[in-house]
Amino acid sequence: MTKPLYVARSRRIAARKLGEEMLVMSAHGSTLFTLNPTAAILWQAADGATPLEEIVESKICSEYEVSPEEALRDAESLAQDLAKHGILLISEKPIAESSARNEGRL
Amino acid sequence: MEMGERAQQLGIPFSVHLDLTYRCNEKCVHCYLDHHDHGELTTAEIKNLLKEMAEAGVFILTLSGGEIFLRKDFFEILECARELTFCVKLKTNAVLIREEQAAKLSDLGVQSLQISIYSHRPEVHDVITKLPGSLKRSIAAIRLLKTQGLKVTIANVLMRTNMQDIYGVRALAEELGVECTLDPTVSPMLDGDRSILGLNTDESVLREVLHDQSFMPDVEEFCAPPAPVSEESMDAFPCSAGHNACYISPYGEFYPCVAFPLSCGNVRQQRFIDIWQNSEQLKEVRSIRLRDLSGCSQCLHGATCTRCPGMAFLEGNMRGPSTADCEKSYARTGIPSKNLLAKKDRPALPRLVQIQLVPAMVGGRLAGIGATAIPA
Repeated sequence: MTKPLYVARSRRIAARKLGEEMLVMSAHGSTLFTLNPTAAILWQAADGATPLEEIVESKICSEYEVSPEEALRDAESLAQDLAKHGILLISEKPIAESSARNEGRL
Repeated sequence: MEMGERAQQLGIPFSVHLDLTYRCNEKCVHCYLDHHDHGELTTAEIKNLLKEMAEAGVFILTLSGGEIFLRKDFFEILECARELTFCVKLKTNAVLIREEQAAKLSDLGVQSLQISIYSHRPEVHDVITKLPGSLKRSIAAIRLLKTQGLKVTIANVLMRTNMQDIYGVRALAEELGVECTLDPTVSPMLDGDRSILGLNTDESVLREVLHDQSFMPDVEEFCAPPAPVSEESMDAFPCSAGHNACYISPYGEFYPCVAFPLSCGNVRQQRFIDIWQNSEQLKEVRSIRLRDLSGCSQCLHGATCTRCPGMAFLEGNMRGPSTADCEKSYARTGIPSKNLLAKKDRPALPRLVQIQLVPAMVGGRLAGIGATAIPA
């Protein structure tokens, strides 16, 4: 059995909902990311305490016609991508709020 | 689609410029503000406003002044703004930024800072700011901010007093590893006083700057004769002011833009979103298209002019021309605008009475300076 994955929104980002999309910009970057509605749901639910699998089941699978395995695969891929740009944190342990605030400065 | 455009379609105020104070430690000769405090928004009022703006969908928040660091609650406000996940940009002279402040700005995730530098020489910069030592302190602050990994842009304004230093400022920016912008004209004061416009350079200097490829990368396109005005451009709106952007003064006054002092309401009396959605003044501003502009709609420069509706408003008519922009169009292309041609054709006001200094009479009865009326 694989270890649960925890995700947390970085505190060093700027973000706002624009219609159905979510705009996200890393604090010191100048690249603006737009998350589609599904990605936005996942991003908003990334509280560092709820495992990604649970977020996918409760927020994605309940809303969309998709198998949990497929949704989790997509969600993990998205999370890795967002983490590369510094707008999401990924860990195999729950992520404390202070880490989300200080990431990049540790 | 560009985000600002998308926000406009959705009726969202994407970008807000909030001046926290008009007080300033510098007293720049070209400043358009009255620096006295006439009752600034309190910390609680600003925090409440920030919440309202976040709910309304504001994404880019520019905090400016006056000098923002003169507010003792500045970091409290900034912290609140970042908690609400605004993309925060700051405008400051940076004189009060030391290592501690620079580190805090970085910790709080400020997106960028714009810092005013008018010359690379203290004897010019400090005379403009009227604050001895200001250049040295601003440069030291830029270095600290860069060390913290923050994005900094130097903002310069072209005036008679510093026109010989624009290349020096740019070289300084390169040495510091920051961007540099140059505003080619001074704006009138917000109360309509136009006396500071005398600081503007003459047309030949403006032309030289606007044709300088090192300042204008697309100089050929920028200075090309204007393209014919199409039907499509007739339906274009002048700029983002009031469409997806707006301005709030330190006293809560809501304007379409910092350069467009048309009061649309006050956030002390109304909710931010109510002013944004219901202000009659904003509705009027939003209704204006190029085809509605007197003069400009028939001008050759109509579609390519940088006409600022705020400058036009300060000139007396928000549907009229902005002469400063007419002058820029002329300096760019060598083709006078309709407004400039009309001004040229207009006969000068005949002088009815001329005041003339009369030299003091040596040993005479008129000791001092007198005045005499001379028929035109």
